[in-house]
Amino acid sequence: MIKALSAKEVAKRVVDGNMFILDVRNEGDYKDWKIEGKGIKTINRPYFDLIDGVEDVLEDLPKEEVLVVCAKEGSSVMVAEMLDEAGIKDVYYLEGGMKSWSEYLMPVKLGDLKDGGSIYQFNRIGKGCLSYLVESNGEAAIIDSARTIEAYEDFASENNLEIKHMIDTHLHADHISGGRKLAEKTGATYWLPPKDAEEVTFSFAELEEGKDITIGNTKIEIQPLYTPGHTIGSTSMIVDGQFLLSGDILFVDSIGRPDLAGSAEDWVSDLRDSLYNKYNTLSKDLVVLPAHFGKISELDEKGAVSAPLGDLFEKNEGLNIKSEDEFRRAVTENLPPQPNAYQEIRQTNMGKIDPTTDEQREMEIGPNRCAITE
Amino acid sequence: MNVTQTLDTKGLSCPMPIVKTKKAMDTLASGDILEVLATDKGAVNDLSAWSKSSGHKLLEHKEEDGVFKFYIQKG
Repeated sequence: MIKALSAKEVAKRVVDGNMFILDVRNEGDYKDWKIEGKGIKTINRPYFDLIDGVEDVLEDLPKEEVLVVCAKEGSSVMVAEMLDEAGIKDVYYLEGGMKSWSEYLMPVKLGDLKDGGSIYQFNRIGKGCLSYLVESNGEAAIIDSARTIEAYEDFASENNLEIKHMIDTHLHADHISGGRKLAEKTGATYWLPPKDAEEVTFSFAELEEGKDITIGNTKIEIQPLYTPGHTIGSTSMIVDGQFLLSGDILFVDSIGRPDLAGSAEDWVSDLRDSLYNKYNTLSKDLVVLPAHFGKISELDEKGAVSAPLGDLFEKNEGLNIKSEDEFRRAVTENLPPQPNAYQEIRQTNMGKIDPTTDEQREMEIGPNRCAITE
Repeated sequence: MNVTQTLDTKGLSCPMPIVKTKKAMDTLASGDILEVLATDKGAVNDLSAWSKSSGHKLLEHKEEDGVFKFYIQKG
């Protein structure tokens, strides 16, 4: 009997377990984007090469515990059944395929706040998107929300939290924001940097430097810090004097790319100024919480992604480019391919188009690619 | 185009369009052209990858009213 394995269970294995994965999507999709992790071994053999039999692939597989993965589920069930018949013990298939993997959000507690609240990272591990929930005294703010807002709704109801603020650090190009939708549903305020919102079709609160946001009765302050570069509106925030939410400006292993809104050349000097001047004046003890990770190796033992700002000024190559010319080249030339459907995603986030859920899911498939290096 | 045979996989989802295409192709002779109709979006990627890996030639594919049409020549 083959068994289904949910994206949640696979995420656990990725963080602190092991698994042998047979990915049966075609080679191009596999090369582009796959399930990775320290204890994960993975091979690719398209399902259409296995229709007549799995004998050829058996020698590359362990005798027990194999997870078969495909795009939506159907082909992985077919191949898993064939492996089961061929005598492999404990054959699993990924429930909902890479679609559900792309959507799963794993909440990880990052730490306590000085006045009794706490902060969580929601790791969309299959796509490398990170969002945040700050809670204090029964109130919550969510930053850079994913499209699948059920994860936050469930978390809020389990913890008796009222969602008061939905905040986007910038107009995203790699994923569809759930911020506006969840704000409408809960009556929360939806915040967006005004410079990224010139073409939006909805009303919003202006996320601007100096306009602090308070959550709960206690003093948790989110201080917008205008750091243009990834987009013209990109805004960073400091939470509780401890955490620097950098949006897509600064990642653990890389820095943000300035080309996804089509103005790379114009924004290079803004990006450099934000990173090398504005960030340099901040406390080096701040824990940087980016909106994305690039490599699975950035995850710590709990599955969280973070790094002290001081460490990044020492080790992050993107923060250590001496000449302006070289910086300009690094952020405008030889960039990775752009995220899937990034222009349509921007249009959706502006409220200009309204794709169906299936279309939105399709638009988001694949890696995030918001950094200048892969 | 001289279509030898038409295969209708409308309404079927992955992996069935490819499974059926492969079976139909096995009955054709080299040079014959199989027309495949599909509504599964995944078929676009998969049929081109499958054609390449199995030595056939995907001559053309187009979409008409939500139906994908593929023309594959047996190698």
